[in-house]
Amino acid sequence: MRGLLGIGAFGAVVAVLPLFVTSGYALNAIVMTLYAALLGQAWNILGGFGGQFSFGHAVFFGSGAYAMAVLQVKLGWNAWAALPAALAAGGAVGALVGALSFRYGLRGSYFALVTLAFAEVFRILANTFEFTGAGVGMMVPLKETVADLQPPSRAGYLWLILVPVLAGLLVSWWLKRSRYGAWLQAVRDNEESAAALGVNAFRVKLAAIMISGGLMAAGGAFYVQYLHYIDPHIAYGPAVSVEALLGPIIGGMGTVWGPLLGAGMLHLLGETTRGLMGDAPGINLVVYGVVLILMVTFLPSGIIGVFGRRLTHA
Amino acid sequence: MLEARNLSIRFGGLKAVEDVSLAVRRGAIVALIGPNGAGKTTLFNLVSGFLKPLTGAVALEGRDITGLAPHEVCRLGMTRTFQIVQPFGAQTVRENVAVGAHLHHRGRAAALTRAEEVARQVGLAGDLDKLALNLTIAGRKRLELARALATGPKLLLLDEVLAGLNPQEIAGMIPVVQTIRASGVTVLMIEHVMQAVMNLADEVYVLNNGRLIAHGAPAAVTNDPQVIEAYLGHGTAARLRKAAHA
Repeated sequence: MRGLLGIGAFGAVVAVLPLFVTSGYALNAIVMTLYAALLGQAWNILGGFGGQFSFGHAVFFGSGAYAMAVLQVKLGWNAWAALPAALAAGGAVGALVGALSFRYGLRGSYFALVTLAFAEVFRILANTFEFTGAGVGMMVPLKETVADLQPPSRAGYLWLILVPVLAGLLVSWWLKRSRYGAWLQAVRDNEESAAALGVNAFRVKLAAIMISGGLMAAGGAFYVQYLHYIDPHIAYGPAVSVEALLGPIIGGMGTVWGPLLGAGMLHLLGETTRGLMGDAPGINLVVYGVVLILMVTFLPSGIIGVFGRRLTHA
Repeated sequence: MLEARNLSIRFGGLKAVEDVSLAVRRGAIVALIGPNGAGKTTLFNLVSGFLKPLTGAVALEGRDITGLAPHEVCRLGMTRTFQIVQPFGAQTVRENVAVGAHLHHRGRAAALTRAEEVARQVGLAGDLDKLALNLTIAGRKRLELARALATGPKLLLLDEVLAGLNPQEIAGMIPVVQTIRASGVTVLMIEHVMQAVMNLADEVYVLNNGRLIAHGAPAAVTNDPQVIEAYLGHGTAARLRKAAHA
C-alpha cells in the first residue's frame, strides 16, 4: 500500500508543478524527462522484470507513432480514437516479435539482435511505403485543442504525459506484488526452474512484450501529438531504442522507480553538460555513453541498488 | 503412479537412455542409482518433459504425458528439482518458494504464506528473507526442495538433493525426505549417497550405460554382481566373492 501512496504523491506533485514553474524551457525539460521515463518504463517491463534485453524498442515506439499519424492524417480519424489503436498497434507488434523470437527460444544477445533487426526492417518499410509518407515523413496538422489531443499549453502536455507515466508506475508496482509478476521475474532469473514449477515461460514472456510494446507505443503517440512530425529515422531509428534502455539501466532494472530516476538523472546531467560545455551538438550523448559504461561496470543494479533492497521493494 | 515404458533417446551416436522401463507405486520412495554418466539425469529429463523421448511413453496416474512441456507436467502433479541447483538468485527464499506456491494460489499474500509454511517444513525458517544467492549449498538444496514442494506435487523427482552435503547435513536432510513421503507425496530420487538410499528407498533401479541392469529392494540390489561390476569394474564381483570365502 505504501507503494501506491508513493505513486499517488508523485502524481499529485508533478500535476501541480505548472502552478510554480512557468518558464517554457523548464516545463519542456520536465515533459521530455517524463517522456524519457515512459520509454524507460516500457523497456523495463520486458528487460528489467522479464530479463529479455531489447535493443530495438523503437519498433514499438514507431508503430505507435505511425499508427497515430496515419490514422489522423490519411484516414481522418480523431486523435482520441487513434490513441487506443496506436497502443494496440504497439501491443500487436510486440506479439509478432515475441511470438517469433520466443517460440524459437531466442535469449540474451540473440534476442537483442533480433529486436534490433525488426526495428530496422520496420524503418525500411516506413521509408518505402507512400501511406507512411515514405522518406519525407508525416506532418500532423497543428490544432491546439483538447478535442484533438493537442493541449493548447505546455502544462497540458505535462498532464498528458503524466498519465501514461503513472500507468507505467502502476504496472511496475503490480509486477512487484502479483502472481504474473512473480512468474515473469522467475523466468528472468531461471527459465528451466520456472518451467519445472509450472510456469509457462513462453506465455509469460509474450504477455510482457505485449504490455511493454503497448506502453512504448504510448510514447510514440505522445511524440506525434507533441512535436507534430514523424519520419522513419525518428520512429524506428536506434536513438529511441537506446533512450528506452538508458533510464532503467542507470536508475535500476526491475524496479518501480528506476526508469524514472534514471531518466531524471540523465536529463539533469544533459542540461548540466550543456550549461558547462555550450551547445556542442551531441555532447550530452557522449556523456550518456560514459555514464552508461560506468554504471554497468560499477553499479549494475543502478542508482536504486545503492539504496539497498528496501527501496527496490517499496 | 508413474510408469515409463521403453524410453530411449540418443544424442548424436550416443545412446544416452536405451529402452528403459520403470514404475513407481503411489506412496513409495524409489531410488535411481548408477555410476556417473549412466543416464540418470537424462532419464529424469525424459520423464519430466525437458526432453522428448525418441521412443517410449510416460504415464502419470494412467494418463499419457509423453511429450508434454515441463510446466504442463508440473500442473498435472509431477515436479522435479535440479542436480545443479537453480535458484532465482536475486530473490529472497520466501519469494523463490512463492513462485512454486503460485501454481495453486493466485493471490500474492496466500502464496507468500504458503511459501513460509513449506520453507519451515524443509528447515529454512531462519533464512526466509535471505537472498537465494547468499545461501550455503545445503540451504540451496533445501530451497530446491521447498520450491518444488510448494507446487503441491503428487510425485516429486529429486535429482541428487544430497550431493555436495557433508555427513551432518545429509543426516539432517533424510528426515525431511521422510516427512515429505509421510505427507503423501511419492518420491523418485537420483542418489549417490548409498547410506541415504538404504535408509530411504523401498525400491532401487540401477542404470548403467543408459540401460537398466537391476531392480529390487536396496539390500538385494547392492549385492547384485552386475551392479558391483558397474561401479567397481569388470571381475570385481568374482574377486569379492572369492575374498569372502577365503
